[in-house]
Amino acid sequence: MPVTPEDVQRIARLARIAEPADRLDALTGELNGILKWVELLNEVDVAGVEPMTTAVQTPLPLREDAVTDGAMREAVLKNAPRSEEGFFVAPKSVE
Amino acid sequence: MTDFSSLTLHEAAEGLRAKSFSAVELAEATVAAAEAAQGALNCFTSIDGERAVEMARASDARLAKGEGGALEGVPVAIKDLFAVKGVETTASSNILKGFKPEYESTVTQNLWDAGAVFFAKTSMDEFAMGSSNETAATGPVVNPWRAKGSEAKLTPGGSSGGSAAALAAGISYGATGTDTGGSIRQPAAFTGLVGVKPTYGRCSRWGVVAFASSLDHPGPFAKTVKDAALLTQVMAGHDPKDSTSYPGAVPDFAASAGRSVKGLRIGIPKEYRVDGMPGEIETLWRQGAKWLEEQGAEIVDISLPMTKYALPAYYIIAPAEASSNLARYDGIRYGARVEGADLIDTYEKTRAAGFGLEVQRRIMIGTYVLSAGYYDAYYLKALKVRRRIYEDFTAAFGQVDAILTPATPSAAFEIGSKAKADPIEMYLNDIFTVTANIAGIPAMSVPAGLDKSGLPLGLQVIAPALEEETMFAVAGAIERAAGFGAKAETWW
Repeated sequence: MPVTPEDVQRIARLARIAEPADRLDALTGELNGILKWVELLNEVDVAGVEPMTTAVQTPLPLREDAVTDGAMREAVLKNAPRSEEGFFVAPKSVE
Repeated sequence: MTDFSSLTLHEAAEGLRAKSFSAVELAEATVAAAEAAQGALNCFTSIDGERAVEMARASDARLAKGEGGALEGVPVAIKDLFAVKGVETTASSNILKGFKPEYESTVTQNLWDAGAVFFAKTSMDEFAMGSSNETAATGPVVNPWRAKGSEAKLTPGGSSGGSAAALAAGISYGATGTDTGGSIRQPAAFTGLVGVKPTYGRCSRWGVVAFASSLDHPGPFAKTVKDAALLTQVMAGHDPKDSTSYPGAVPDFAASAGRSVKGLRIGIPKEYRVDGMPGEIETLWRQGAKWLEEQGAEIVDISLPMTKYALPAYYIIAPAEASSNLARYDGIRYGARVEGADLIDTYEKTRAAGFGLEVQRRIMIGTYVLSAGYYDAYYLKALKVRRRIYEDFTAAFGQVDAILTPATPSAAFEIGSKAKADPIEMYLNDIFTVTANIAGIPAMSVPAGLDKSGLPLGLQVIAPALEEETMFAVAGAIERAAGFGAKAETWW
């Protein structure tokens, strides 16, 4: 099912990317090209097939519940575009 | 004076141990060669001569005492996807401009622990999304190889194109890459190098900027199979910081490169003959099988019927994982920020300005296939096809010990030649390599010959999970028979 420029606008919003209005038509065409191509998968019979999420068939390892890391506030904040008094500074998000 | 540029990794390590030259001399020559080539090849995102000499000095001190690791004093170039503590790590993206990690990736730490010397970060397609290194924020990388009688600039392939170009230009002795759909093997084939994607989990992903976590494989580039095997051995190993890291021991890969292939059964999958593939590649593939037969291997025709579905499945799974992984670039905690009216506006402006067009396209596809109402039709379906592809290989490896295919459907192409094309045309570059990422099994490309314009072509060897030793033995046999000694002529 092809996507419309309105769909693309909605996807961009979900992806948190500001797409300028004049890019929407081109993006719609590109996304539809890819979505059309992947329809090839409809030829494959997958009845009763378990989805495969990883190539490694081992159980997720558990470790002891212990503090192994931390106390490195300065290092954590070092790459922040803005920080103040040991905190990240973010734009206002609650009214 | 030694011509450092022609040395293999083993030769450089032996020369250092024999004190034919010092690590500082080698580091200085490497940095000088990198700086001299950068203008023409654009293969580095940063060069750090100071750190190179400092690390080389420490190597010389260890060598003087008769100590040191397997790579003591040998410079290795690092793809800009690996965190190197205190060195700008951008994944060739504007959104990570200025980001200097406060930690070291496990793979690079393993290299330094073995004595390797850091000297530069290499350019790549942005976030490893591309097959030509043209999506790098710092512009395309130029392949040191040129077609006979032509000055046209060719791509070194991608996404690890900077590592491939630097090594093919004789600047380094090994290099790291990452391979999510072919990003080590395709550039290796385009530049006459050996490129290895080990089994999923062999090399830790900790400290490697994530693209598609279930498909991302760190691995090396090298000039010879033996060099590649040693680098894989050093880079690999269990890492508690990566929950998908394989906990078993790392075998002596370097020794396996010289092993005989006598009695091995080698599969030739009929589905790897694709429309539009140059006859020369088909001929080289046959020649490769003949070389192995002459050394005592048995050639077996096999079928991998799901092959044609691997790329479409990949272009659902990889963007889905990428859209999730790249959600972390929000302009708040690290990287670039574009201030907006509020928090959401800041996110949207930051990500629109920071991500290039191909990355945006893939995030959008991933967001769409994971969104409500489409998840089952696209994402879940692709995961089921993924298992069918995996089962193809399981069945094939009941019959054969390794599989031989071409590495790429063409030789290196001109920069910009696919700029106006459909994105899918670029994606088709990975048609022979992507299946091994989907299945998580080891695969490598080995240079096997030149086409009629004098450009390198590679063959690919695929082995069952954790059977890298068989893979290195087969690649070593091809290398010995091919006698590929060609190098790019210096023009830069």
